[in-house]
Amino acid sequence: MKKLLVLLICLSVYMFYMPSPLSARSFHLSVDSLMISTADHSKFEQLKRPFETGPEVTEACLECHTEAAKQIHQTKHWSWEVLMKDGKMLGKQHVVNNFCISVEGNEPRCTSCHIGYGWKDRNFDFTSQRNVDCLVCHDGTGTYKKYPSGAGHPAYSDTSFGGKPFPAVDLAYVAQNVANPNRHNCGICHFEGGGGDAVKHGDLDNSLIEPMAHVDVHMSTEKDGLNMTCTDCHQTEGHQVPGSRYEPHARDVHGFDYPLPDDYPTTCSSCHGLEPHKDYAKLNDHVDKLACQTCHIPTIARERPTKMWWDWSKAGQFNEQGKQITRKDSAGLAVYMTKKGEFEWATDVVPEYRWFNGEMNYVTFLTEIDDSAVVEINHPDGEPGDSLSRIWPFKVHRGKQPYDTVLKRFVKPTLYGPKGSGAYWSDFDWDRAITTGMEYAGMEYSGSYDFVETEMYWPISHMVAPKTESLGCADCHSRNGRLQNLAGFYLPGRDANPFVEMLGLLVIISSLAGVLVHGYMRFVSSKRRTGEGHS
Amino acid sequence: MRKVYLYARFQRFWHWMQAFIIFSLLVTGLEVHGLFELLGYEAAFHVHNAFAWGLVLFIVLAFFWYITTGDFRQYLIEGNLVEKIMMQVRYYMIGIFKNEPHPFKKNEISRLNPLQRITYLMLTLVGLPLQIIFGFAYYYYNELVALGMNPDWIEPIAVIHTLLAYMLIGFVIMHVYMTTTGHTVTSNIKAMITGWEEVEE
Repeated sequence: MKKLLVLLICLSVYMFYMPSPLSARSFHLSVDSLMISTADHSKFEQLKRPFETGPEVTEACLECHTEAAKQIHQTKHWSWEVLMKDGKMLGKQHVVNNFCISVEGNEPRCTSCHIGYGWKDRNFDFTSQRNVDCLVCHDGTGTYKKYPSGAGHPAYSDTSFGGKPFPAVDLAYVAQNVANPNRHNCGICHFEGGGGDAVKHGDLDNSLIEPMAHVDVHMSTEKDGLNMTCTDCHQTEGHQVPGSRYEPHARDVHGFDYPLPDDYPTTCSSCHGLEPHKDYAKLNDHVDKLACQTCHIPTIARERPTKMWWDWSKAGQFNEQGKQITRKDSAGLAVYMTKKGEFEWATDVVPEYRWFNGEMNYVTFLTEIDDSAVVEINHPDGEPGDSLSRIWPFKVHRGKQPYDTVLKRFVKPTLYGPKGSGAYWSDFDWDRAITTGMEYAGMEYSGSYDFVETEMYWPISHMVAPKTESLGCADCHSRNGRLQNLAGFYLPGRDANPFVEMLGLLVIISSLAGVLVHGYMRFVSSKRRTGEGHS
Repeated sequence: MRKVYLYARFQRFWHWMQAFIIFSLLVTGLEVHGLFELLGYEAAFHVHNAFAWGLVLFIVLAFFWYITTGDFRQYLIEGNLVEKIMMQVRYYMIGIFKNEPHPFKKNEISRLNPLQRITYLMLTLVGLPLQIIFGFAYYYYNELVALGMNPDWIEPIAVIHTLLAYMLIGFVIMHVYMTTTGHTVTSNIKAMITGWEEVEE
């Protein structure tokens, strides 16, 4: 009885001092296959045979996971389409971007990041179940890679790409060692968006595979790191992976709701609540106007350079021998390529800040653009006074890309294709590449093109730094601080009323001058009096 | 010449604490306003907010002391207020240069001249409370908005708080200078330190 009492006291003391609910230690218990799954795929007869192609593996998967492909068919990962509230059809398939401009016309290259097999042109069958690629997300071996221009297929025999060997994949080995997606699976496309590591997002790159805490405090794989992976926040149900740059949540008003987020997907507040700063109440007063990301992601591309500028208008230069040129900077990053034009890169990038209410406005290939100024391909909506809007950090990628000077629309050049097909990367003729691409897309092209400067906003949510490295007050509350150019609201430390400042200066100067003159006159008059006294 | 005991120990303590607090509030306030960097924004912000409570505390303490000791009578003016103030103003504008005597003699029961009385009274009853109210409205802006205040009021609140601070600087400058207009240049300051002042017979 006494022992039980002691135990109870010990337990209640322990409960009282229990680690905060934020401890993520429970996220990833020590690896024991029994803790992870009730099925060992290497024991399945269906998988104990050689596979010739990816779709064959998918057919085997579907024998047990009968509904999996139907679930996949409903995802953005498959359709590359997002129907926006305003009726615009976006998604990777349709959106204009200022990296590789357009998917359509370049499918076999772009769709090496599609979770399917064989999307090589516009005739791809989106209802095919066997064309779903299970392995790219569920490869537990790290050996499954899609061939860069294989329209979603991996290499089935040893080959090479860009002069480097590209080995064939052992499909049976991968199929027998499937797993829940980890950071490698997501990263193979999302860390390498835009054509290579760190190019596109700035807050997503391969440094997140094994990051130190200062790169990403949640994903840190250091000793005592939280070791959270992508799907801990992007909690997936029925293959629907939440988290969209087309329809993001700018403000979570619900707070604690992990692990069952009532507003899709998990936000910072799902775990940290709506008053996350325990010892510093004034900081909580910022939560309604500042996204957590704004202070807690002080810079992006902390380890690896991200692309900041891509000027297609400079493409097509050859050296004296008529060969293609690749110029690199001292860090070995390409700053010029004949195929692609001019690039600029940056590390430790300070994001740009905008009011954002979650509505992202996109230009499409049908939008008439104003070519007299820089064209915003997308821009965040939001205003200081609006209760949904908060100040968010963005990576802004700028560049120059082709457009139709008569119709004032962006164009879809065909970039990838064999010599003679009109593809720019083989024939280096913009007019032909645009004509080919627009014809393929069934869109109008006047025959006259030029390049226009564009910018594209990428909201930042990853690479959350440890709290000791988050922004300080004066990073924003100061003249020439990070929010210097964000107008429309009063920011203490930055703003002043010019009339009051002048008035204040006047009060101080005139009272100083007054006492000086008065003091001087007293001095002079007393001197005179003493003089008179002597005489 | 004679020496009179003008300022009780509490009064002197209160005066210098208030001087220190107001000076600190002005310096940290101007730093938070972005005019210079001294403590760093965050430290200045914390000091400013802590000292604001200090100012409130000392004002409450002073009210308590003045009321319970009855010393508040020092601030009352009998007779024609405007006329008496004008006499004092005339002294500072003209008489002081002619070595005229102070129009109001200091003694134990009347240590403040009419201009001092009205100035300190306005400062303690109007100026500082107003500044404190706007300061607290500024600090508790989020709470007030939650209670229904118009969120756009942040700017006027901040701007008025700033304006009052500038006016307070003007007061401090003139106040410090005026301490030199006693019997000797330092007799007033000495009095505020020791309590004893040499006054005209």
